[in-house]
Amino acid sequence: MQHAKNLKEYRAELREALGDEFLRQAMDKFARFYPGARARAFAGMDVDGLIHEIAEAKDKAAARMDELYEAFKAKAEAAGVVVHLARTAREANEIIAAIAKENEVKRIVKSKSMTAEEIHLNHHLEAEGYEVTETDLGEWIIQLRGEGPTHMVMPAIHLSRYQVADLFSEVTHQKQEVDIEKLVKVARRELRPRYIEAEMGISGANMAVVETGAIGIVTNEGNARLVTTLPRVHVALMGLDKLTPTLAEGLRVLRVLPRNATGQAISSYVTWINGRNECASSPDGKKIMHIVFLDNGRSALARDPLFSQVLRCVRCGACANVCPVYRLVGGHRYGHIYIGAIGLILTYFFHGRDKAKNLVQNCINCGACKAVCAAGIDLPMLIKEIHARILDEEGHSAPSTLLAAVLKNRKLFHTLLRSAKLAQKPLASGGYIRHLPMLLAKDQGFRTLPAIAAKPFRDLWPRIRPETKSPRYRVGLFSGCVQDFVYPEQCVAAVNVVAGKGAALDFPLDQSCCGLPVVMMGEIEAAREVARQNIRALDPGKYDYILTLCASCASHLKHGYLKLLGDDPAWAVKVRQFADKVIDFSSFAHDVLKLGPEDFRKDGGSVTYHAPCHLCRGLGVKDAPRDLLRDAGLDYKPSEEEEVCCGFGGTFSMKFPELSAELLAKKLEHAEATGAQTLVTDCPGCVMQLRGGLEKKGSSMRVKHMAEILAQQIK
Amino acid sequence: MNESRNPVELFEEKAKAVSALVTRVASMREAVAYALDVCDTKQACQLLVSGCSEPLSEKGQALCETKQQKVIAAPGLPPELFAELEAGARERGVLCVEKGMREHLGGVDIGFTLVDFGIAETGTLVINSNSEELRLATMIAEFHVAVLSRSKIRETSRDLEAELAALTSVQPSYTAFVTGASRTADIERVLALGVHGPLELHILLLED
Ligand code: SF4
Ligand code: SF4
Repeated sequence: MQHAKNLKEYRAELREALGDEFLRQAMDKFARFYPGARARAFAGMDVDGLIHEIAEAKDKAAARMDELYEAFKAKAEAAGVVVHLARTAREANEIIAAIAKENEVKRIVKSKSMTAEEIHLNHHLEAEGYEVTETDLGEWIIQLRGEGPTHMVMPAIHLSRYQVADLFSEVTHQKQEVDIEKLVKVARRELRPRYIEAEMGISGANMAVVETGAIGIVTNEGNARLVTTLPRVHVALMGLDKLTPTLAEGLRVLRVLPRNATGQAISSYVTWINGRNECASSPDGKKIMHIVFLDNGRSALARDPLFSQVLRCVRCGACANVCPVYRLVGGHRYGHIYIGAIGLILTYFFHGRDKAKNLVQNCINCGACKAVCAAGIDLPMLIKEIHARILDEEGHSAPSTLLAAVLKNRKLFHTLLRSAKLAQKPLASGGYIRHLPMLLAKDQGFRTLPAIAAKPFRDLWPRIRPETKSPRYRVGLFSGCVQDFVYPEQCVAAVNVVAGKGAALDFPLDQSCCGLPVVMMGEIEAAREVARQNIRALDPGKYDYILTLCASCASHLKHGYLKLLGDDPAWAVKVRQFADKVIDFSSFAHDVLKLGPEDFRKDGGSVTYHAPCHLCRGLGVKDAPRDLLRDAGLDYKPSEEEEVCCGFGGTFSMKFPELSAELLAKKLEHAEATGAQTLVTDCPGCVMQLRGGLEKKGSSMRVKHMAEILAQQIK
Repeated sequence: MNESRNPVELFEEKAKAVSALVTRVASMREAVAYALDVCDTKQACQLLVSGCSEPLSEKGQALCETKQQKVIAAPGLPPELFAELEAGARERGVLCVEKGMREHLGGVDIGFTLVDFGIAETGTLVINSNSEELRLATMIAEFHVAVLSRSKIRETSRDLEAELAALTSVQPSYTAFVTGASRTADIERVLALGVHGPLELHILLLED
C-alpha cells in the first residue's frame, strides 16, 4: 500500500524495507530460485510463440470486450446464473453486498481474488456487518494482520514462520509451535468450520469462457473448490479482461500462467464451473450463482491505442519475480494493491495519480519484466509513459525542465560539460572525483564518480581519424555523452579495433546525447527533439551501420526512437532506416567484422562479464560478447546473475541511491567471486557504476569496456 | 520435447513429480483392494484426521470431534463395485458411504473415485464433478484414491480439447483438473501438502 505523500517520504519507506533482514533474504532466495524453475517448466516449449499468441488473442478479445460480455451473459443466464456489470469499484461492492442481503447471508468465505483486493471488497462488506474470511492461507494470514498482499501469487512472502506462529497462537488462543507443516494443518482445521458455516462464497476467476459459459479458477490449495461448493450462494468476481472467447484460448493461458508464475507445469486445481450446480445447502438444491464483471476503467483502457495492452495481463506475478527493485524492497513498497511492474501501471489507472506518482519513478528500466511477461506487455515503456503523463498533469519539476531545456540545445549542453571540467579541477584526482560539492554528493558515497576527461572524444577525433582504403562498410559512430566527455578512451579503443578491419568510420560532430535521460525523467517532448537532431546528424542514407559502444544508447536509438517518431509522417521513414542500421559494438565486431581467434593474441588473463540490461534484453544480444571474450584469448569465467542490473540506470541512481548501492554491491560480490582479474562490460554507464564501486571498495579488480579489452588483445 | 513418449509413462512420470503416488492395477478388484489397504494402514492406531492433534480453537476442536470412526467415501461408483468396497470396509470396521457427504465435513479418511481423463504432460486428472457428493469426496478426504483407465490418457490438454469443451459446456457442470495433492507454499515458500484438500493423491492406472 502506498501512503507516502512525496518522494522524500517514499524514500524513507524504501530505506525501512531495505533494513528488513527477513524480507531481503526471502526475496533474494526467491529471485535466485525463480529463473531456473521457470526455464525448467518451459523446457522444450516454444515460450515466445505461446506468449505471442496470448498477446494477440488477448488484444483481439479486448477490442470486442462489450460483445463478449453480452454473449457470455446470455450463455450464463441461460443456465440460471445472474450476471452483473459493475462500472466502478463502488458499484461492484454494492452489488455484492446487495446479493448478500437478499440471501440473508451473515458469514462469507472467500478464495483469492486480486479483483476483490482492487475494490477493497472485504472492507466494504465488513462495514456492512458481514463476517468475511479469506481462505487462501497467505490471504488469511495477511487478513488477520490487516495488511495487503506483497505478491500477487504469494501474498505473504514477506512473513516468517515465527510471525505466523505468533499470529495463529493469538487466533486459536493456544500456543502454536514454530513448524510450518503444523501451522498449515492448524489453518486447515481452523478454516474448515468457516466454510461449513458460511452462507456465501466469493471467488475470483481467471477466465470466463464465452463459447461454453463456464468460468475457470486456478488454485493450488483447493480452497476455491470448497468456497464454490459448500455455501448456498456463490459470487464470482472478475475484471472484464477475463472474458475469453474460446476454451482453446483459455487452455493456452493455462499452459503459460502457472509455469510463469512459480515454475509449476500446472496448478494443483483448475476448476470449471458452468451454471447452477447441485448444492445441498440451497433451498432448491441448486447453487445460487452470481457473476460480477468489473469495469473500473477497463473498457476505457481497451480503447486506448497505447495502454490497451495492460488488459493482456494474466496476473502471473512474474514481472515482480524478476524485478531487481521489487527484490530489494518487496511488494508493499513496490505497488499499491497490484504490485511489480504491472502494479506500477495499474495503480495509476485503478487507484489514482497520488498512489502512483512515486512508484513510477522507481523503475530502473532494466527490461527484466518485459522479457518475462506472460502476455508480452512492454511494461517499462508504459511505466515511463505514465511517469510522463503524471508530470504533464502535475507540472514538471525544475531540475527536469532544466535538463530538458539543456539537452535540446546541443551547443549549450556541450559548453556546460566543458565548463564542468574546469569546475571540477580542484576536486578531481587520478580520473575520479574525490570530493564532490556537497550538493551533488548527497548519498552518492557508495561509488566514486569519474571526472570529466581532459579532452572529449570530439576534440580527439580530427587527429585520430583513420584512413580506410576501399572500405567494406561505411560506419557512423555515435558516442553518446558519457563516452564523448568522460570515457573518450573507449571510443579510441573502438577506433583501433575497427579501423584495420575494413570499416570506414565517420564521427559527425552535430550528434548529441541520445536523449534517454530525458525519457527517464518523463520529458518526452525534449526526447523527441534530441532524436530528430541525432537523426539529422547521422543521416542513415550515408551509412551501412550506425555503431555505438553504449548499450543504453543503442537500445534507445534502435527501439526508443521508433516509439518517439515512428508515428510522425515527417520522420517515419527516416527513423525506421536509422533504427535498422543501429548496431552495438559487440555485434558489430563479432557478427559483421567477424573477428575470430586468428585476430587476437593469446593469454590475455582472466575476465568475467556483466551483461548490460539494454544489451542482453534491450537488443537481445547475448552470445556475441561472450564469444568475443573467449575468441580474444581471455579466460572467461561466467559470474552468477550476469544479466541482472548493476544498479546504474542513469538518473535512477541519483534519485534512489540506496537502491542503486544495493544492486551494485550484489553485482560486485558475484563478479569478485569468480576470481577474475577484469570485469568486462558493454556500456559506459555500467563501467561508471562498476568501476566506481570497485574503486570505493579498494578492490584490485579492473573494469574494462569490451572495446578496451579487445584493443588490448588485437593483433 | 516429449513428442514420441508413451502417454501412460509420461503421465506416470509427471504425476509422480508433483508427489502423486502412482500404481498400475490390472482390475477394478485390485483397485478396491488397494483403497482398503491404504485405509487400513493409514495412521495405524488413530482415528484423527490431520490437524486434529494440534492445539486448536474451541470451534476447530468441536469439528474434529464429529469424526468417530474411519470413513471411506466412494460416490459415483457402479453399484456392484460399491457393494464390493463396502463389504471389504465392513470387515475392517470402516464406514463406507456413497452419499451424505455433508454429514462428514469434519473429514473422511479415503475418497475413492473414478476419473474421466488424464493429461500426460502435466500428470493431471480430469474429473466430472457435477455431483456434489463426488465433488466433496475429492475435497474433504485425507487421501484421494483415484482410478484412471490408461486408455483415457492423452498427451496434452490440446489433444483433449473436444472432450473438455463437451464436459465444460454442460449446464450445469463442475469440472475439476486435479494435479497432485492440495498444496501451499505460502509460509516462507516451504511446500506443505494438504492445506485444504487431500494430503495424498493416489492414482491407480487401470489396465483396459
Ligand atoms: S524495467 Fe526493471 S526495474 Fe523497471 S519494473 Fe521492469 S524489472 Fe522492475
Ligand atoms: S504484466 Fe505480464 S508478467 Fe506481470 S503479472 Fe501481468 S502477465 Fe504476468
